[in-house]
Amino acid sequence: MFDLGDLYQQVIIDHTKSPRNFGKLEPCSHDAEGYNPLCGDQLHVYLQIDDDMIKEVKFEGQGCSISTASASLMTEKLKGKSVREFEHLFEAFHEMATADMSEKPDEETLGKLAVLAGVKEFPSRIKCATLCWHTLKSAIEHSDKAAKTE
Amino acid sequence: MGMPCDTEAIRSDFPILHQEIYGKPLVYLDNAATTQKPHCVIDAVRHYYEKDNANIHRGVHTLSERATADYEAARETIRLFFNARSKKEVIFTRGTTESINLVASSWGDTNVGKGDEILITHMEHHSNIVPWQMLCERVEATLKVVPMNEAGEMDMHAFETLLSERTKLVGVVHMSNALGTINPIRTIIKQAHAVGARVLVDGAQAAAHVAVDVQALDVDFYATSAHKMYGPTGVGVLIAKETVLDAMPPYQGGGDMILTVTFEKTQYNDLPHKFEAGTPNIAGVIGFAKAIEYINAIGLDAIAEREKVLLDYATQKAVAFDGLRQIGTAKDKACVLSFVMDGVHPHDLGTILDREGVAIRAGHHCAMPVMQFYKVPATARASFSIYNTEAEVDALFIALIKARDLFA
Repeated sequence: MFDLGDLYQQVIIDHTKSPRNFGKLEPCSHDAEGYNPLCGDQLHVYLQIDDDMIKEVKFEGQGCSISTASASLMTEKLKGKSVREFEHLFEAFHEMATADMSEKPDEETLGKLAVLAGVKEFPSRIKCATLCWHTLKSAIEHSDKAAKTE
Repeated sequence: MGMPCDTEAIRSDFPILHQEIYGKPLVYLDNAATTQKPHCVIDAVRHYYEKDNANIHRGVHTLSERATADYEAARETIRLFFNARSKKEVIFTRGTTESINLVASSWGDTNVGKGDEILITHMEHHSNIVPWQMLCERVEATLKVVPMNEAGEMDMHAFETLLSERTKLVGVVHMSNALGTINPIRTIIKQAHAVGARVLVDGAQAAAHVAVDVQALDVDFYATSAHKMYGPTGVGVLIAKETVLDAMPPYQGGGDMILTVTFEKTQYNDLPHKFEAGTPNIAGVIGFAKAIEYINAIGLDAIAEREKVLLDYATQKAVAFDGLRQIGTAKDKACVLSFVMDGVHPHDLGTILDREGVAIRAGHHCAMPVMQFYKVPATARASFSIYNTEAEVDALFIALIKARDLFA
């Protein structure tokens, strides 16, 4: 049986209690607000992208352990990556969170993010893990919206 | 009646309770979302589909006559339960939400105009907010909100101040699903009537716990759902004064709500059929009546007494639990223990408790303004019913300790 400990791994608890890159980024080149109306999770991501490189990324908001830890781990992973690498990671993460149980996550690409693979056993919690990724994607794709903060 | 509840006997009436979740006995504490269904309700629905299924009010064959008789007998059972004056005052709907939308559309569009006011309370469920917002937008009326205090009780002084001759309707929840608060609806109705306003009471949460006598209350509209009263989902009722209903235009057009139809003009059917367009949820209505009979057999007084014992037991444990903050501590409340816990988000609590077999609700309970008031994004909510036991309350708190330890 899938154990609770597989979802709430120590890394996740740690990132919940002390989220990395938490706070506002001012100024920033891109930002977006993410909201899950079903559960009330709310987060704001901020990016500084120069020459297609993610120089800085931060987030703030409120949510459950899974959404906070996922956002924290995401920011840690993305700093210094190119937008192209982000897109690749987005696909890999999405795949991991929604794939069939039998499929092993692409740990080589995902690294520490693979600790979130457990969410797929908790269908009501998948969105908690993916909210930050979707928010970041929309921040990058709608750079016009972010232009006001420049 | 008057006898204490035999919890073991009651539990044996509910087949769903006797199962394990992740190897642990199911502890169902999400009764404010929906209650479980006793054998008699499940059997009534099954019997209808196996023996009597037919469309009602039109067939001359035996099955149709049986189905019609059972459907109309159900209306009488429900009339009696709420003490409506006649069956004309008992309108079947899909549930509380549809009942409220019916009133907001049919009564609202004809009786509320520019500059008028609709008064609701801060603890309303979305279904008693949004239909009024939509009405106010349509007719350029204003929606006003009665504040509540930190305990989750309606501010009766503010209510009096907000009431005026501009108030056309007061919409108030009888019992709050998010907080458990029971509102003093008798006083509210009296005061509203004094300024000429109508009152709609949202009874979704209350009707299985508190006796409702619509005549004694003199309430204009009382809306509730079967599925929170041990009955099927997708069926509910609007009880309203015949004189008020008579003056209202139909809500939906279709079959069963007409007497004659020509392309030039349609003559509407009499009450209650005027408001029941189309083939209704016949099996649901029959199951609803069975659920009411089930409640009657135990007795609402006995139910209320037993549920109070359980709530008091749970509240005592909650008060003693380190880092737990109760949301909603009204003097007059029932069945609901809403709370937040230091260091553990309600959604994580929901998941962790589920793995212990304990089903609670985590979220905004479709009452986002209540969450905004307490400045919390969500709460965890355990809600109790007649089949719950003290041992199940213990299981809840043992699981809460586990959750706290996980994040310690």
